[in-house]
Amino acid sequence: MSKFSDLTRLPDTRGHFGPYGGRFVSETLSFALDELEKTYLSLRDDPDFQAEFDYDLAHYVGRPSPLYHAERWSKQLGGAQVWLKREDLNHTGAHKVNNTIGQALLAKMSGKPRVIAETGAGQHGVATATVAARLGLACEVYMGAEDVERQKLNVYRMRLLGATVIPVTSGTRTLKDAMNEALRDWVTNVDDTFYIIGTVAGPHPYPMLVRDFNAVVGREARRQSLEEFGKLPDALIACVGGGSNAMGLFYPFVEDDEVAMYGVEAGGDGVDTGRHAAPLASNAPRGVLHGNRTYLMSDEGGQVSDTHSISAGLDYPGVGPEHALWKDVGRVNYVAANDDAVLEAFRELTRVEGIMPALESAHALAHAKVLAPTMRPDQHIVVNLSGRGDKDIMTVAKIDGLEF
Amino acid sequence: MNRIDRRFAELKAQGRRALIPYITAGDPAPQYTVGFLHALVAAGADVLELGVPFSDPMADGPVIQKACERALRHNVRLSQLFEMVREFRQTDRDTPIVLMGYLNPVERIGLEAFADQAADAGIDGVLTVDMPPEEADEFGPILKARGLASIFLVAPTTSRERAATICAHGEGYLYYVALKGVTGAATLNADDVASHLAPLRGLTDLPLCVGFGIRDGASAAEVGKVADGVIVGSALVGRIAEHAEHPETIAGELSAVLAEMRQALDALPPR
Repeated sequence: MSKFSDLTRLPDTRGHFGPYGGRFVSETLSFALDELEKTYLSLRDDPDFQAEFDYDLAHYVGRPSPLYHAERWSKQLGGAQVWLKREDLNHTGAHKVNNTIGQALLAKMSGKPRVIAETGAGQHGVATATVAARLGLACEVYMGAEDVERQKLNVYRMRLLGATVIPVTSGTRTLKDAMNEALRDWVTNVDDTFYIIGTVAGPHPYPMLVRDFNAVVGREARRQSLEEFGKLPDALIACVGGGSNAMGLFYPFVEDDEVAMYGVEAGGDGVDTGRHAAPLASNAPRGVLHGNRTYLMSDEGGQVSDTHSISAGLDYPGVGPEHALWKDVGRVNYVAANDDAVLEAFRELTRVEGIMPALESAHALAHAKVLAPTMRPDQHIVVNLSGRGDKDIMTVAKIDGLEF
Repeated sequence: MNRIDRRFAELKAQGRRALIPYITAGDPAPQYTVGFLHALVAAGADVLELGVPFSDPMADGPVIQKACERALRHNVRLSQLFEMVREFRQTDRDTPIVLMGYLNPVERIGLEAFADQAADAGIDGVLTVDMPPEEADEFGPILKARGLASIFLVAPTTSRERAATICAHGEGYLYYVALKGVTGAATLNADDVASHLAPLRGLTDLPLCVGFGIRDGASAAEVGKVADGVIVGSALVGRIAEHAEHPETIAGELSAVLAEMRQALDALPPR
């Protein structure tokens, strides 16, 4: 019996993962969250709902995504076999669509004609705009003004899909501020609007339902591992911003004690410089933001800290509450990868395997470069290649001194 | 008896409605806050709500967001805010003060340490915007043990069942949020407010105070017809923003806004 079997019974009825999670929102939203929770719990085990979700994942997203053996890169690293879970091949180019398909179905069932979302790198915004287009829902996406600037391509993609992108100029003008603004919108338009949160954070029931919708990644990886190399992986690696792709990969393995797990946060200039976005790896204090209690980067006065990362999608001062608990109980090792190591991994995978990863996913790859050489060639690592790097070409070009 | 309860008992005996202004501590700079509080009392405030600046005020509209930003430019912290209240208390021992803000700055210094310091400074109640009663199991008793009232919000979307829970936990007064939205949003609908307050009367004896969307004497009077008190925030904070370059004029501006509301409320027939 797994020493971690209790972890699969969470959250409790009030949305708590041990001391984390919960529902810390202003009163106006309580009703909408109660309603969402009721809707989701009634549909979660409904065979028709699951069948529709599975059908969309297969025929619209293109699942299952392959588990690819990066043979050449593994050889070069000189240790364990590295396998890539190819979420980058999903429709819209990242794992984010698994969740937006699920939440869009909930929006449809709730009869709400308008959806809103927050986005950092733009992947969740694109995935939301995509499902909104398909279901004929009005869609507005909040995006930090700084991210609008560094992710122009995704901004235009969202506009082509019919969404309105609203640049957020308050606070630090990044993901956390986009989420504040989306919550303000929701509180104002709660009657006709469904808020599609993009990560395993936010108030209960979001961390639970975003986890459940993304867990298809881990279920597939588990089955594919058994098929491809006849056993469970020795280690899993995924990047962690809010933590949805990591949660999706890890969750179906949580009771498999022999599977080591590594969540890789954005180390920015280095965890010791203060310029990073790694609340878990830096042991940030416990705090409350965006409806849940978690590890949260804040100063001594409780003001939320500015974060820094080369990747907009990880540039967030908090982290999903379930990850916070998994750190405390020792189920997952949370580490950080610095910007320079991330860029190196980005270039390396592109050149060695012909696969251009998103800068977010390159954090996981950077840790694979550290971990694989410490392991034997008959051991296996599954890395969640959570998204493709097309959106980051401009960012990398700028670092190379090129402008288009 | 807590100062808040005492104040509402006095008001009830006089048949008057409470006028409750909100300002953000440290806006536009920390040295002005105590003076503003005294000016508000002189203009007719019955209870004072003092905002704790926060980097991510997700329930607030742009007016109070900017107030937080102005205050945080001076790095205003809870320790300073307690000093402001202590200074205020040197000359005003009667007007209740309620801290209004978000949970994170409180948790960062620790619930017990916060409650000790708040009570010691002369604070009377705490309204934590992002802490509904379901999450207050730990904090509520800590506040109560020090005589601090836990004040909760009720919204137009609150179900009757939830309202009963909130009423059971609430102390001091109930803060009814008059509209779906953030602070400083559109004008409220007084009939709508009346229809929501009526069922709450059956659930609690707490005074029912209404905030969000009250901007002048007329809107205060509309709400005053059905509520035990009116709360005004953004209309005042907007004046602070307009005159931030000339802080010496702000106290007069705040007094003018509040005095008009006081007059409008006192012109209503006694409750």
